[in-house]
Amino acid sequence: MEVSSAEAALSVSASSIRITDVTQDGDVLTFAIASQKLNSSAGVCVFRIYEDFDWLQQSLFSQENLPGLQGIIFPPLPSKALPSQSNTQTKALKQLGFLALGQDWQSYCKALEFYLQQVAAHPTLCKCKALDSFLINSESPGKQRGRKGIFNRLSQAVEEMRKESHKDVDNFFQNERNKNTNLAALSKVATEKLLDVVMTEQKLALACGHFATSLHLCVNQDDAAAVAFSKVCLKLSDVIEAVNRNFEKVASNDLSTLGLGLDLESRYQEAEKEMLFRRTCKLIELETVKKGTEKAKASKREVIERFHSSRVNVLKNFLIGWCELQLNTAKEFAELYSQHLEACRNMYSE
Amino acid sequence: MLLMECVLHLYVSTVELSLDSPLNDRKKKDAVKPSLSAPAASVASSSSKAPSKTLEELEEEESEDKFDLNISVTNPEKVGDGMNAYMAYKVSTQTSLTMFRSKTFTVRRRFSDFLGLYEKLSEKHSQNGYIVPPPPEKSILGMTKVKVGKEDPSSAEFVERRRAALERYLQRVVSHPSLLQDPDVREFLEKEELPRAVSTQALSGAGFLKMLNKATDAVSKMTIKMNEQDVWFDEKIQDVENEEQHMRKLHVMVESLVNHRKELSGNTAVFAKSVAMLGSSEDNTALSRALSQLAEVEDRIEQLHQEQASNDFFTFSELLADYIRLLGAVKGCFDQRMKAWQRWQDAENMLQKKREAEAKLLWANKPDKLQQAKDEIAEWEAKVTQYEREFERISATVRKEVIRFDKEKARDFKRQIVKYLESLLNSQQQLIKYWEAFLPEAKAIA
Repeated sequence: MEVSSAEAALSVSASSIRITDVTQDGDVLTFAIASQKLNSSAGVCVFRIYEDFDWLQQSLFSQENLPGLQGIIFPPLPSKALPSQSNTQTKALKQLGFLALGQDWQSYCKALEFYLQQVAAHPTLCKCKALDSFLINSESPGKQRGRKGIFNRLSQAVEEMRKESHKDVDNFFQNERNKNTNLAALSKVATEKLLDVVMTEQKLALACGHFATSLHLCVNQDDAAAVAFSKVCLKLSDVIEAVNRNFEKVASNDLSTLGLGLDLESRYQEAEKEMLFRRTCKLIELETVKKGTEKAKASKREVIERFHSSRVNVLKNFLIGWCELQLNTAKEFAELYSQHLEACRNMYSE
Repeated sequence: MLLMECVLHLYVSTVELSLDSPLNDRKKKDAVKPSLSAPAASVASSSSKAPSKTLEELEEEESEDKFDLNISVTNPEKVGDGMNAYMAYKVSTQTSLTMFRSKTFTVRRRFSDFLGLYEKLSEKHSQNGYIVPPPPEKSILGMTKVKVGKEDPSSAEFVERRRAALERYLQRVVSHPSLLQDPDVREFLEKEELPRAVSTQALSGAGFLKMLNKATDAVSKMTIKMNEQDVWFDEKIQDVENEEQHMRKLHVMVESLVNHRKELSGNTAVFAKSVAMLGSSEDNTALSRALSQLAEVEDRIEQLHQEQASNDFFTFSELLADYIRLLGAVKGCFDQRMKAWQRWQDAENMLQKKREAEAKLLWANKPDKLQQAKDEIAEWEAKVTQYEREFERISATVRKEVIRFDKEKARDFKRQIVKYLESLLNSQQQLIKYWEAFLPEAKAIA
């Protein structure tokens, strides 16, 4: 007899899940996922491609006989990355937002890693066999394109109906929908604006780099005054180089913490929206069958509450991480500039 | 006064003197210049906050303790209305030099007065091979906006930019030992009312450069194949050309830097707003407050970026622009020397012709015309001697001027780097404060 998926628990520790490496072969990215077994000190490492993640997400959606499945806010899976050469940065940015930036797919891996951790930490979803299999089977889950989950079926079915305007019977949920719509839009905007800031920081870094290099043009050893001037120019070049690195660091900090955090927040708002949408669809379905509103308890308030506290916690950690990183960077460069200043003051101009 | 003697000596020979002050013992090795840059270092300009004396400034003040002349250009004020309006600037001088009537005095000058000063100095001194600092650029668009009364940030920026440029211009003029002695300079600084300088049209920034270019073209068209005795001049003019090219390139890069910073400032402001809106829609109180705080931090960072953009601009962009113009003036000196050489050569040729004419007369035995011929020969011999001496003098001046210029340039750039670093450091320290204030707010989210 098969053990029902409701009983199976995850055999690895959620917090130990890491994406340790990523390799690119043409269009395909392969991720190395490592995790720690729960009842031993053994570690597991598997290799997965994006399609495998997609399979996992679909499997999570399509779990049968799982009560309250529709009321779950599913951790959002980032979109597929298309690393081909013809994909310009603009296209990549449009598709992936923040996750397209950063070196060697760092941000993207971090987002995928986070996704796995969230799924593994979810009290209901962690029990899904597909997750365990995804994390420990050395063979990839195969090319099974699973059945489309309840999620997709339902949304397609009721697509024609205007569900957005359908009010929820429960005030709590109606409020939640309104807030969610608002927050989703605002966090998307904030993410985009931060992206603009990071792009400009990178542009600045580049401009500094050019300036620093060009200063080397002025080196001329003809006579004492020329030597002195050259020294000054080279010193300035060093300083501008420092400013360059400063901007790179700041941009990288923005990317790896706040950027990631806002991006995640944005996607989570979407995930909540999906859940609330499913609830609305269910409501519509029930109302047409006139089965009464008690059955509309497809979602629980606790889910919403837990979602919010988890979301707030995630954002908090990102904000703290961001602040600490930026603070350290600021201190590091204040020290560097201070050293340069000392050196400059002591430099004889003759 | 010791300074005056130094200046006089310098005019006649190229011997460098060091001021005999015990404080200067450690600088004895360096040839100390009566060419002074102290005014530039310790001037109070209206835009900077009261600076604490840097080590550099103290060093310079110690060595220049015999020379004390501070100039500042402040308080730009619009006078009049409509298209006849103009900006008047306060020019304040603080000095202990006895050549001035008092220790501190202030006059009001307008832009054309500065141009007029340049015209007078250039007329008198350029032909002797002196590097006369060029005046700031004239700007029709900038001035029209001001006249028309447009009270927007770009006009304010234009006025500030001009005020700073005028101040730097005067500082360079007075730090030139020979120019400082010119009565026109004294008059400019002291006299209550100056007669309106009228013929300054040709001397505006663009006009100035055009004039220089024309002069250089004219000289090169003369196909002067100067028999250069001193290879120093050949090498130097090449260096000057190269340097001008490099500075133009650098200037473009700095402009790009300034623009990006301004863009960053704008983006940061927009981001701050979006975070503020997110914060006000957030239910969780602590998160809401943290986000509002974050928006405020970003706003302050935006301010820092603005200031830093301004710093980049005034510290480097304007510096490079000044030097591009100055290098033009340096090239002008070399051209003047060429002209002097040409004059001498032409005189030599004329003398040769006169001698030939005399020989012809002797052979043709026409004694009556002979005296005239002899007179003419004497006349041209004198001219040749005079022009040769002038050429040598101008060569010495140009050489000296260029050496002084190079030293000044190294010092100027160094000073600007120090200023820049001080500002960078200040920004970083501000940033640290902001982040340290924000961290507890982020940690308080529950």
